Order: sequence, then structure tokens, then C-alpha cells
Amino acid sequence: MRGMPGYYFSLALRSFRRNQVLTALVIMLMGCGVATSMVTWAVFRATAADPIPWKSSQLFVPQIDNFGPTHNYQGKPPELLSYTDATALLRDRQARRQALIYAIRLSVVPDEQQRQPFSLPGDAVSSDFFAMFDVPFRYGGGWSTADDDQRAGVVVISEALNQQLFGGTNSVGRELTLDTHSYRIVGVLGSWNPRPRFFDVSSSGYPFDHPGQIYIPFNRAVDLQKSTSGNTVCSGDGNNPGSVGWDAFLHGECGWIAAWVELPAPADAEHYLQYLGNYAAEQQHVGRFAWPANVRLRNVVQWLDVERVVPKTSKLSLMVSLSFLLICLVNAVGLLLARFMRRAPEIGVRRALGASRSAIYEQFLVEATTIGMAGGLLGLVLTWLGMKGIGLVFEPQIAELAHFDGSLLMLTMLVAIAATVIAAFYPAWRAAQVQPAWQLKSNG
Amino acid sequence: MMQIQPIIAALRRHKAATILIVLQIALTLAIVSNALFIVQTRVVHLSRPTGVDEEHLFVIKNEWVGKLDTAQVDAQMHADLATLRNLPGVRDAFASEAYPLGGGWGWLESIKWQPDKPRHQLAVIYFADEHALTTFGITLIAGRNFHADEIGRIGLYDPAAPAVVIITRDLAQKLFPDGSALGRTVYLTGGPTTIIGIVDRLQGPYAGSTTRSIDDDQILVPAYLDDVAHCDYLVRAKPGELQATMQAAPKALLALNHMRVINPDDGMIALTQARVQSYAGDRGVAIMMGVVCLMLLLATAGGIIGLSSFWVSQRRRQIGIRRALGATRRDILGYFQTENFLIVTAGVLLGTLLGVAVNLSLMKYWELPRMPLAALMLGAILLWLLGQLAVLGPARRAAAVPPVEATRSL
Repeated sequence: MRGMPGYYFSLALRSFRRNQVLTALVIMLMGCGVATSMVTWAVFRATAADPIPWKSSQLFVPQIDNFGPTHNYQGKPPELLSYTDATALLRDRQARRQALIYAIRLSVVPDEQQRQPFSLPGDAVSSDFFAMFDVPFRYGGGWSTADDDQRAGVVVISEALNQQLFGGTNSVGRELTLDTHSYRIVGVLGSWNPRPRFFDVSSSGYPFDHPGQIYIPFNRAVDLQKSTSGNTVCSGDGNNPGSVGWDAFLHGECGWIAAWVELPAPADAEHYLQYLGNYAAEQQHVGRFAWPANVRLRNVVQWLDVERVVPKTSKLSLMVSLSFLLICLVNAVGLLLARFMRRAPEIGVRRALGASRSAIYEQFLVEATTIGMAGGLLGLVLTWLGMKGIGLVFEPQIAELAHFDGSLLMLTMLVAIAATVIAAFYPAWRAAQVQPAWQLKSNG
Repeated sequence: MMQIQPIIAALRRHKAATILIVLQIALTLAIVSNALFIVQTRVVHLSRPTGVDEEHLFVIKNEWVGKLDTAQVDAQMHADLATLRNLPGVRDAFASEAYPLGGGWGWLESIKWQPDKPRHQLAVIYFADEHALTTFGITLIAGRNFHADEIGRIGLYDPAAPAVVIITRDLAQKLFPDGSALGRTVYLTGGPTTIIGIVDRLQGPYAGSTTRSIDDDQILVPAYLDDVAHCDYLVRAKPGELQATMQAAPKALLALNHMRVINPDDGMIALTQARVQSYAGDRGVAIMMGVVCLMLLLATAGGIIGLSSFWVSQRRRQIGIRRALGATRRDILGYFQTENFLIVTAGVLLGTLLGVAVNLSLMKYWELPRMPLAALMLGAILLWLLGQLAVLGPARRAAAVPPVEATRSL
């Protein structure tokens, strides 16, 4: 039976010509169903991606409940840490690395007097930030723990800002005026755009923006009373009505700092969770917390899940298009059944001439594969068109994430062929059941 | 009248194909009714009025450069507002830290009925002065506006403690369902305050989701928020002067004081633009659901046409015999139409169950309200019509089969 698939293939092509409408319908269905699924999959894949796959199981967000059962949300500790707790974690150094982050906005005051100041988003971070998230540098590097402690006026800027201010040359060592304070540039980032922007998602709120352009030491930002441009969540009832202003805020029970710790081994994570528990218990002991320790430690993937980073739009559209594909599949089963059964006489003749059931089965599966390939090709074109149109459906920051690449191309073909072949199982089986004698007789 | 018995008998001989169409119609109904319902909720959601004069409002996102203290910021804000209000195209202006549909942050405040009880109601603060109502273009339905001497100052980290507030009607309803909100005392984080006015409708900064419950619950606090980082100026232009005023306003402010940032790309936004941006996601969902619905209905119609044509071609002889025995073309047409109606009806029954199941899971997950039966009914009617339309072509071909077909062997 060697060479039969080739023969079946040419039979399939010939039958396309005879059953143009049915064939075209199946191809269109498969093309549309697959294309919609692929476009939404591309968006979903982009939004649900692990931003730092090589390290995501070693990076953890510690949470400490400083609100207590009456003020926290459904018993969960707040997403962000208070200044008291955040700085305690930094001081205790129980992890390999620990970073504190809060989103800020800084104005850049250019040297030339004529040019108007402009403002850019950034983050106030502690020194471990850069090594912890494997942030690439074009020039220079981060700053040291000593710089943290000395509240040094150092700054790391993005490649784009370096291009804008210094024409892309090595600007390490030069001075930059931010909010009328002078900073020494110690590093220029390389191209760095983790999506989603996981590291300050709880502070900055929107996970699909580009990372900030300016990074200054956390301690210095706090010294300058630089308010966060991100979230601040304070415990319910204005604990200290008497005291107002920055100091009260700093030492009050407001969550506004994102903290990360790097724990290379699972045992480290266990140990760290224990430390967090002990810390919270101690806070209870000294009377700050009137409730037992309520702490969490979540890695990147768990954190993105908790923070519901994947937009609901992207999940919903994937669900809807998969249902659409399912309906196309059911539809294709019916149409293929009609298409195959219409050729019962031909099958009868083939069977009478000695073709086995499995041969008929094979023939129709090859035919389905051929239809699937045609559907896949149409699907490719439609997917490509759909990727151009996703800006209509998704917000620009999300739409720009989705790409038409080799893997999507392969997947489109694969899904189209697999779906069509699956749809053909039952119709092909029915075709293989055709009785030779009965068909010959009934056809006279 | 058409006999249903023989149709069912005939369908029994095509169990697989019948089940497939029924299944397909059921799935289509489940998806289409839910999708149309989502489209409807989104459209309702994104066409809600903010209550303010969106056509003529714009916002200047002003950032301060340099280390100003709160007193300097306060003085600067007064000077800026005086400048803005003096511009020829400006009707009125005031300063706040959020604006309707801004999408960003808002000052979430909890309001208590009693200072020492935990029961509270959340609302979003708009900082305001006596110019806020005219700038927004909203009207009081009860009480009075702020007086100039009631406008205070508040630091970024201070608890809100104004002596008087104006609230929205929606919030007044929630606080005092008996309608007695005006003149009552409630407790903010900073202390007691008296409700002196109620405005009709004023949307908050969050565009929110369909079930976000505090979109219409705002408190106007008579104070300048002395945030040393930034402030938002809400400016209402005179009719026809929006563009010119948006050009002139930042220039006037920069001429007054150079040490500020009004970013050229996103430092200003007209409220019409804010509406487009903040509802982009909702519009996207509506578009996508609409497109998918359309494709689904087309696919289903295609499926019905395909299978009906197949049945017609299989039954040519039987049709010929019926015709020879005296059935009219109308009878044949009616046969296929009734058959289609029965199949679609079976699909609708199954699809209604599926549709409700889908809705129940979406309610949990997508914060959707319960789907009204009307959505399912609409879907069902669509499918019945679609089915009749799709079967019309094959049925007409069947009706065209001549009686002589009965005598032909193939």
C-alpha cells in the first residue's frame, strides 16, 4: 500500500472540485475559528508570560499584615509594606538579596535654561534591585549598599533618557538635575522591558507600561520626602488624629512600598517565611500589632496571579474564541459528514473492488488533513490580518505586546490541521462503514 | 397543516447529523446570548454620562519642580487659578487631584455615621472650591455652594477634616436612604462634617467595572490639596474656545512661573479624550463580542445550509415520489422549513440551559450581572430567523424537484 497517501491526496484535491461549496465552507470555518483563537492566544500568551523565567521561582514578595483583622481585606495582609516593616526587612538581611521599591515621578531639569523641565516615571529602589532582577546595563552599573546607607545622590537612567539627554554617549559620572537636586549618573540601563512589569505592579498599578526611566536610592527619596506616584493604602481609621504630615505618614500604618527578596533554594524560602512570622510575632509582642502573625511569601508566578495581572479582557476573549473554535469544529463534523456521505456510491465501488475499511478511513483522514492545511493557510492570512486589527480591541500597551512569530505560525497550522482531523474522525468512520453490496444495489 | 410525525421519523434516520446541528445551535445560542449581553452591559457602561460638561472641560496636569513647601504650593495654586480664570476663553477653573474618568488615583475616603462604630461607606474625594460647581457644570439639587471663606488647606498626609462638604445624590441616598442627608453630620477620617449641599450627578475618577459600586459616590471637600508634587487644574472653556484655551492655558501658566512641568505629550487632556481612553477596554470587548457573534451566526448559517443541501440531495427520489403523489411545491418547502424549525427549537431548548450555565460562571468571574431572559429570547429569535433564512435556499431547490424524479433510478 505504499504511496497510497499520495494517491489519496490527489483524490482529495479532485473531490474539492466536485464539492466546492461544502469544501469552501469547511475551509472558511476552520480558517476563521483558528485565526480568532490564534489572535487572542497571542495576546493572552503575551499578557500571561513569565517575565523572568530563569529566576521566577527564586524571587518572592513578603507580605506582613499591619492592618489587622478589622481593617485588612478579607483577612489578607496588604499588598504593600509599611515603611517600618519594609526597612526592618532591609536591615535584617535574612535573604540573599532584598529590594525595596516605590514608584515615583521625577522632573528632569535640563542644563540649558531655555529648555522646559519635563517629568518622567521612575522608581526609588534599594541597591539590590539591579542584581536581583538581572537588570542589564549599557554603561556603568547600580550603586552599592554603602551608597544606600549614605543616602548618596546617585542615579541610574534608561537607555532612552540617555539618548535624549546625552545623545547615547557614555554618561556615567555626569551630573543630572532631578527635582532641582543634583545626582551623579552611575549607570545607564541596556534595553530592559520585562512584560508584565512585575516588580512594582502593586505600587504602579498598571503592569503593561514600560519600566520607569529613572532609578534613585530608596533612602534618598525618603529623605527628600518624595511622595509615591503609586498606590498608598492606609489602615482604616486615621490612627493618630493628632499627628499629621510626612513623619506621621512614614511611621504610620500605611502600605506603599513593594518589597522583594531573593531566596535561591526552597529551604531558604521556608526559613524566610519563618523569619517573617517571627518578626510579626515580635511586633505583636512589643504591642504594635494586636493580632497574631499574618504573613505571606509568594514567588513571581504566584504574585502575578494574586495581583490578577492578566487582563480579564484577554482571558475572556481567549475563552470566547475557543468556544467559537469549538462551534466551528462541531459545524465541520456535520459538513464533513455530508461531504463524505455524499460520496457513498464512490465508497461502495471502492469497497467492492477490495478496499478495506481502514483504507477508506485512511483516505478520508488524508482528505481531512488536506482540508485542514487549506484551512490553516486561510487561518494564517486571517491571523495576520487580525494581528493588525487587535489595536481596535485591546488597549495599545497590550496590543503592542502580541507578535506574529514563527511559533504562532506553526501553531496556527497545527491547530487547523488537528482540528479538522479530529472533526473528521466520526465522518470518516461512517464513510468506512458503507456496505459495498448495498451501495451497488441501491444504485442499480 | 404539516405533519410533524414523518419529519421526526426522517430525522431518526439522520441521528448524527441532527444531533450535530442541535448541538451547534445550542452552543451558538449559549455564546451569542451571553456575548450580546456583555455587549449590552459594556455599551450601557461606556455611555453613562459623567454629569459634567465634558464638551468644554479639560485638565492640566501640573507638576511642581523644586522644593516648594506646602504654603508656597498653596500660594502658587491660587495665583495659577487666578491666571486661568482671567484667560478670555475660560469660563471657570478649580484645582483638584483627580478628574472624572481620569482613571488614575483618587482619594478614597471612608464615611461613618457614628465616629466610634466601624460601619462605613466609601466614597472618592474631589478637592474643590466655590468655583468647582460652575467648572464641572453641575447643579445643586439641594442646599448651597461653598463660600469662599470655607475653602481650607489640606496636606497630602493629613486626614480629611472639612467643616462642610457637598456630596452626590447617589452618595446621599446610600448614607441616608430616607432623603434626609442635607444638613446631617457624618464622620470622615479627620472628624465630623456637615453636608451642606447635594449635587445631581458627578462621576468619579475611576471608569470602573460594571459593578463597581462607588462610581457615582463623590464628596466635594472645600480645600486646596497642598501636594508638593502635583495638582490637576480642571478648566471649563467657553463654547467654541476649547482648542484655543488648551493652547493658551499652559503658556500662561509657564509665563507665570517657569519651575513647573506640563508635559507636552500627556500634560493636558480634554475630557472627551479621557472618555475615549478610559473606556477603551470596554469598547474593545464590545467590538470583539460583536464580531464573534456575527461570525458565529454566519458559521451556523453555513452549517445549516450545508447539511440541508445534503439532505435535499439525498432525498431527491423521495421528494419526487411525494410530488408524484400530489404534494405541492409548497408542501415540500414547508416540510424542510418545519424540519428546520424543529431542529432549531431543540437547539434553543438545550442552548437556554447552556446559556444560563455560562452566565452563572461569568457572573462569578467577570462580575457580570444576571442575564435577563430577554437576552436568551433575542438569541433564540435570531436563531429561528437565521435557520429559516439558511434553509430557504436548499428547501427551494427541494421544491423545484420535478415529480418525474420518482421514476429515475438515481
